[in-house]
Amino acid sequence: MSMTAAHQITAGFMPLFDSAVLVAAGELGFAAREGIDLTLHRETSWANIRDRIAIGHFHLAHMLGPMPLACNLGLTPLASETIVPFSLGLGGNCVTVSNTVWAGMVAHGAEADLDPARAGAALRALIRERAAAGGDPLRFAVVHPHSGHNYELRYWLAACGIDPAREIEIVIVPPPFMADALATGRIDGYCAGEPWNSAAVAAGTGHIVTVKARIWRNSPEKVIGVRKAWADENPEALAALLRALHHSARWCQDPANRGELAAVMAQAGFLGLPPAVQMPILTGHLRLGGGAERTIDDFFLPFDKAANFPWKSHALWFYTQMVRWGHVAHTPENLAIARNCYRPDLYRSALKPLGVALPGANSKVEGALQVATAVGATGAGLVLGPDGFFDGQIFDPDEVDAYITGQKSARAEA
Amino acid sequence: MVRTALAVLVIDENRIRAAIIEAGLREAGHERVTVIHDVTGIARRIAEIEPDVIVIDLENPNRDMLENMFQLSRAVKRPIAMFVDRSDQASIEAAVDAGVSAYVVDGLRQERVKPILDMAVSRFNAFSRMARELEEVRGELESRKVIDRAKGILMKSRGLSEEAAYTLLRKTAMNQNRKIGDIAQSLVTAAGLLGPPEDE
Repeated sequence: MSMTAAHQITAGFMPLFDSAVLVAAGELGFAAREGIDLTLHRETSWANIRDRIAIGHFHLAHMLGPMPLACNLGLTPLASETIVPFSLGLGGNCVTVSNTVWAGMVAHGAEADLDPARAGAALRALIRERAAAGGDPLRFAVVHPHSGHNYELRYWLAACGIDPAREIEIVIVPPPFMADALATGRIDGYCAGEPWNSAAVAAGTGHIVTVKARIWRNSPEKVIGVRKAWADENPEALAALLRALHHSARWCQDPANRGELAAVMAQAGFLGLPPAVQMPILTGHLRLGGGAERTIDDFFLPFDKAANFPWKSHALWFYTQMVRWGHVAHTPENLAIARNCYRPDLYRSALKPLGVALPGANSKVEGALQVATAVGATGAGLVLGPDGFFDGQIFDPDEVDAYITGQKSARAEA
Repeated sequence: MVRTALAVLVIDENRIRAAIIEAGLREAGHERVTVIHDVTGIARRIAEIEPDVIVIDLENPNRDMLENMFQLSRAVKRPIAMFVDRSDQASIEAAVDAGVSAYVVDGLRQERVKPILDMAVSRFNAFSRMARELEEVRGELESRKVIDRAKGILMKSRGLSEEAAYTLLRKTAMNQNRKIGDIAQSLVTAAGLLGPPEDE
């Protein structure tokens, strides 16, 4: 097959469930049907993925949503210009805390209902109580500084009146080590993708207190980051790949395929974890710890709700959070870099021949849709949202300055 | 100006490879070399050692944590950047190909650090070669064992001598243009599926 394929593409991925759309594209023939010989390389760190993209070992890779922005903004030790023509899904993360922290939160009114506002208020009361008693600040872990996990954890805490830069400590831990670090007391909580939250619950060492889908519903997570130099020289190969990913994502979303998808991901070369462990992310039904269970709407969407569309408003929101937490200075040049990183134009032109529903705009006002809404778009049957932030805030991508200023003053008052 | 000796920290979970790197550094005259296999409590160690150069294997899943620490942690008093010279694309490629990465304290001169990186790259490559050869030897031993078992099956079921059994295996392999180890493996598998339980 490799001799006859029109396009040879090499892609990197991390052994996380949300690489599924890319893995399935290679393993289940979606790429081959588009004339692509797709070679997948499993990596051990995001830094490796970044380096191998930078030196051209990989044409593209499974990446954290803010990672290509960080590359283009010069925040990483090694980088090549990276663009995002496809998003690998919405949601999928949770915030998990140790049993001790959970007991402290319950004493301050937390309930096992995943409500971010209630959980945040209880955590704030616990943090203030510890500070008053002269205790060490709680230590939370995220998977990478330039990750959806870091920014949604900070957003949630800040909206609940906790200053994540001063009142807690945030460290980096690789996702497979999270549950162990929690069990041994090296960290008090973490924000990570599944199955690493359910793993702590199953071990009896952690409680899931809230989820990404409740902090900001239908929010961006992993993306396909593409080396721009390669994309510019190989527009046909890229378009063929985006079509393959589209078909793969549609297949991954179909509940009828859950068993087969979990079996593919269970292989040692991919996620390498038993199918049963993958069911919470596939079904949205989570055990929270202490016998509590919840089914979360839109917990993880690999395809529905235009999950694969690389909204510029998603990139710009990540940018505002990079500015908010001091990762980058807000300048017109940096804003322009952030605006040009996600490429809905490439997504649209690749998928146009398929006659599928495509959003008409490149950006949307995030948090504006209170209910699932059919939107005007080319093709038929595109439903978006709800996409609300739990604190009722709205992010208008045309008002970036105002949003950044508003968050700065909110923090100063807190 | 007196040049103080560079402090080099090697972080590698593979003890054999770490020892090979350390030996190389010492042979090159570096006396302030520290090797760490386990990253638990590494922030404190870095604060103690104050390394000028940090060498890390790319298989290490803690690379994201370490990079973040180099950039942000109060434990690291001096800013640490990756590689010496970002414009030296060839040497960066060689390092990534070899599976090693180096972080260097800002302001160190290229000519002081380049030999360390080059040495790490060549020793990483040598280690990979050694590991590959070991794997081949292991595979050879394994296939020799399977051939012995296949010979045993033939001797028993067809009443052949050991030599005749081997000749039959070899001829079959040649006719089918396959390795003799593969033919032996097929025979052993088939015998396991079809025949009565084999006496070990």
